[in-house]
Amino acid sequence: MSGDVKNEWPLWEVFVRSKSGLDHKHCGSLHAADPKMAIQMARDVYTRRQEGTSIWVVRSDNIVASDPGEKGEFFDPMEDKVYRHPTFYKLPQEVDHM
Amino acid sequence: MHATSIRVSEDPQVQYLLRIGDTALILAQRLAEWTGHAPVLEEDIALANIGLDLLGQARGVLTRAGELEGQGHDEDQLAFLREERDYRNATIVELPRGDFAFTVVRNTMMATFFKLLWGRLTESSDAEVAAIAAKAIKEARYHQQHSADWVVRLGLGTDESKKRMVNAIDELWRFGAELFASDPVDEAAAKSGLGPRWGDLKTDWSREMDSILSEAQLAVPAESTFMSTGKQGRHSEHMGFILTDMQYLQRAFPGGTW
Repeated sequence: MSGDVKNEWPLWEVFVRSKSGLDHKHCGSLHAADPKMAIQMARDVYTRRQEGTSIWVVRSDNIVASDPGEKGEFFDPMEDKVYRHPTFYKLPQEVDHM
Repeated sequence: MHATSIRVSEDPQVQYLLRIGDTALILAQRLAEWTGHAPVLEEDIALANIGLDLLGQARGVLTRAGELEGQGHDEDQLAFLREERDYRNATIVELPRGDFAFTVVRNTMMATFFKLLWGRLTESSDAEVAAIAAKAIKEARYHQQHSADWVVRLGLGTDESKKRMVNAIDELWRFGAELFASDPVDEAAAKSGLGPRWGDLKTDWSREMDSILSEAQLAVPAESTFMSTGKQGRHSEHMGFILTDMQYLQRAFPGGTW
């Protein structure tokens, strides 16, 4: 494997939908030269134990992520707003399993 | 302790299945040699997957060969306790691993061959063989797709990758002829409905290989008169070394299991 970063293939994030699942779940990343290879490699690396029925891949550099440094202002204000959970409503008998 | 060798029936049905099982088995062994050595981690796993698929196919076919033979030989005995001359794989799969280009070209030639063979074997008169084929053809389709992609990438890649592909094709192509040399074993299989004459697959194989190579802008070599003889049990000088590796455990610890 080449140690030269410039020669490395781009990184891809892999999402796999399992047999029972409805949504694709992130399961890891890999290196591949292009989309076609990324799908094949994802198949070989992440679905070899019957994990999947569908695969998505996306170039890692196309993902925009929240800044870990802004975690405080982003997420902490929600801590004391319990009224946003619908636990204060009385549910009618007919509406089961909420 | 030392396990003694077994002898296998010359019955053409058994021989026909041994050719398929042994060809898959020996290629699986060669692919296993890439584990930890492939150019990138992802391809390392991909090659191991292909090898394990082939090993699974070999297990099924060798088991069936043992059942048809009726001497009580199981897959392990057939895989590990024969003498070199009783292995019936085509010579092409026993050639040393080579570089990545060599492996990619060989995998493409063999996956294309196996895909066509399994396709015909799904209609085998032997229900067990047909069932193995129905599963194996899906694997072979993927092996062909994955390997052919690499042929195109490397053929259209750099000067170096192109040079290596040309060399690999040059070395391997003449060993393809043996795959399609039909003989009485093939005739018997065709007659009983067990499977096709391997020679019957040649037209389709050539058409698919031509299409892959032309997409990769690689020349299709002329047919050679060279004919290897692995299917008759006359192997290259490399075969003994593979068997030494493969057979060591079963020879040293007869009947050993996981």
